[in-house]
Amino acid sequence: MERILSLQDVRFTYTPDDPDGRHAVDGVSFDMHAGEWIAVVGHNGSGKSTLARLMIGLLFPQEGTVGLFGDTLTEDNLWEKRSQMGMVFQNPDNQFVGATVQDDVAFALENNGIPFEEMTLRVQNALKQVKMDTFLDHEPQHLSGGQKQRVAIAGALALRPRLLILDEATSMLDPQGREEVIRVILDLREKTGLSVISITHDLEEALLADRVVVMNGGRKFAEGTPQEVFLKGEALTELGLDLPFAMRLSALLGEQGIGTEPGTMTERKLVEQLWTLRSNR
Amino acid sequence: MDIALEQVGYTYAAGTPFQKQALHDVNVRIPSGSYTAIIGHTGSGKSTLLQHLNGLLKPTAGIVRIGDTQVTKETKGKQLKPIRRKVGIVFQFPEHQLFEENVLKDIMFGPLNFGVEEEEAKARALRWIERLGLPEGTAEKSPFDLSGGQMRRVAIAGVLAMEPDVLVLDEPTAGLDPAGRKEIMDLFYELHEQRDMTTILVTHSMEDAARYADHMIVMHDGMDVLQGPPGEVFADAERLAEWRLGVPRTVSFQRLYEEGAGLPPGPPALTEEQLAAYLAADLGKGGGAS
Ligand SMILES: Nc1ncnc2c1ncn2[C@@H]1O[C@H](COP(=O)(O)OP(=O)(O)OP(=O)(O)O)[C@@H](O)[C@H]1O
Ligand SMILES: Nc1ncnc2c1ncn2[C@@H]1O[C@H](COP(=O)(O)OP(=O)(O)OP(=O)(O)O)[C@@H](O)[C@H]1O
Ligand SMILES: [Mg+2]
Ligand SMILES: [Mg+2]
Repeated sequence: MERILSLQDVRFTYTPDDPDGRHAVDGVSFDMHAGEWIAVVGHNGSGKSTLARLMIGLLFPQEGTVGLFGDTLTEDNLWEKRSQMGMVFQNPDNQFVGATVQDDVAFALENNGIPFEEMTLRVQNALKQVKMDTFLDHEPQHLSGGQKQRVAIAGALALRPRLLILDEATSMLDPQGREEVIRVILDLREKTGLSVISITHDLEEALLADRVVVMNGGRKFAEGTPQEVFLKGEALTELGLDLPFAMRLSALLGEQGIGTEPGTMTERKLVEQLWTLRSNR
Repeated sequence: MDIALEQVGYTYAAGTPFQKQALHDVNVRIPSGSYTAIIGHTGSGKSTLLQHLNGLLKPTAGIVRIGDTQVTKETKGKQLKPIRRKVGIVFQFPEHQLFEENVLKDIMFGPLNFGVEEEEAKARALRWIERLGLPEGTAEKSPFDLSGGQMRRVAIAGVLAMEPDVLVLDEPTAGLDPAGRKEIMDLFYELHEQRDMTTILVTHSMEDAARYADHMIVMHDGMDVLQGPPGEVFADAERLAEWRLGVPRTVSFQRLYEEGAGLPPGPPALTEEQLAAYLAADLGKGGGAS
């Protein structure tokens, strides 16, 4: 399978002149294949956003390499690589450049030399996908928190990227809105083979990923399928993380003398076990 | 300090092509010492409403009462200063309230501005930095050289250091890691209980609203459409769905269980502990019920 992204022993510090300075990213390696969905989780300050900035070449590592679409990322191929990527930042305000919502979404397309007619079409489509197509002429700064996040997501989708990087991109959406956006992206992945890196504190969302990378103090603490990673249980809660709802509920039920299969992570599986217990009562 | 909004309307950019009426005839009462959660889908007017609670926005129609102070569209800016010291707001985007050159100064700003002595302001700042779990050395860093969740913690510390009577929180846990989220929500609750601090929380987490609040306000398209205790608000999933809202995970799990088990819907389980106890009782375990 094609390798979309490859980090090799990447180290980065914001304070290179300070001999005691900490590394925000400290020797991280992992690979990503085309069409994969990787969730990156970890405590505040564990290096997730720094990792994202390294992946799109906003920062360059002091040691190690970042590989994108088969080549090592350099100052020379930066723009060519970046034109194939969409990124949604943690704070959408840092991302807005246009005076209106549609200009803003169009901005990067214009930079990528997309012809006017196609551009208009893509902008409309992307805004429709996130249900912001009635806000075309609004100023992005004057939207509600969730509306800003939707526009920022539309900006990345309109680029039709091969690799989409979301840095807590849905943190201010209502639960339904969050589900809708995730469905749109899953759909795109299905249709276009989009690869997704989603940095998130929402562990239920991480459960949907093909693979989870757990960051801790700048290092990669664990990597695996959600199943493999969440089986670590307590070890994760010690890192400032938590377990999915079904696992927490199973633990509480255990305290009440109700045993369920270890490692039950989805609500569906848990409720089925409880129904069985009930009918065997 | 009781808070009430009476027939409050708010229009952004009135008289321009961008005119947008964000609040329509809102009537809410927030009793002193209560813990009120405000929920509503994206763009329903929650943040706009919150900004009326300390005079950041003045209503374009109606009256906002904050304790003895009354705010209308005619109210002058300087009449609002006493309110600002009593009502602390944590904004939806933490960057919007950080501005000083380092974290220590940033957190000290509020207390100093309201007449607290330098030394006391510093002591408070250091205490809150520690309480919010910020790493060592954060006090000297620029607030803009922090991670998103660290900025959030600094913004919260800055508001708590003012020791307000009323704490207003706009999505305060967005960006916090799961452990931090729980610790900080528990901290707000502790302050609410111990200091009788009136707490107003805007949240998309139905779980947090259910767990912590004693009163809820549901916003929809700029209007207050429902008010009541969480047990009532979350009992009617169908109505919530009309406003594009859902129930907490505990309740949706409970309903799923009940449906498959052929049980009538019981009172909504507002916490995971309540849900576990309810399930145990039905399965004839735990608390002893059959
Ligand atoms: N611009 C900066 N200058 C200096 N240090 C920084 C800067 N940005 C981040 N840091 C530090 O680097 C470390 C990693 O930060 P990063 O933003 O990557 O964390 P994160 O995992 O994204 O956290 P969060 O969940 O809070 O967003 C933190 O200790 C942070 O304080
Ligand atoms: N500064 C502004 N100028 C013009 N319109 C605005 C401004 N701020 C918000 N609005 C509009 O007012 C409405 C209510 O916005 P508000 O920020 O109160 O929503 P919210 O309920 O807090 O939403 P969210 O959950 O997304 O944060 C939205 O339609 C929004 O686009
Ligand atoms: Mg981050
Ligand atoms: Mg808001």
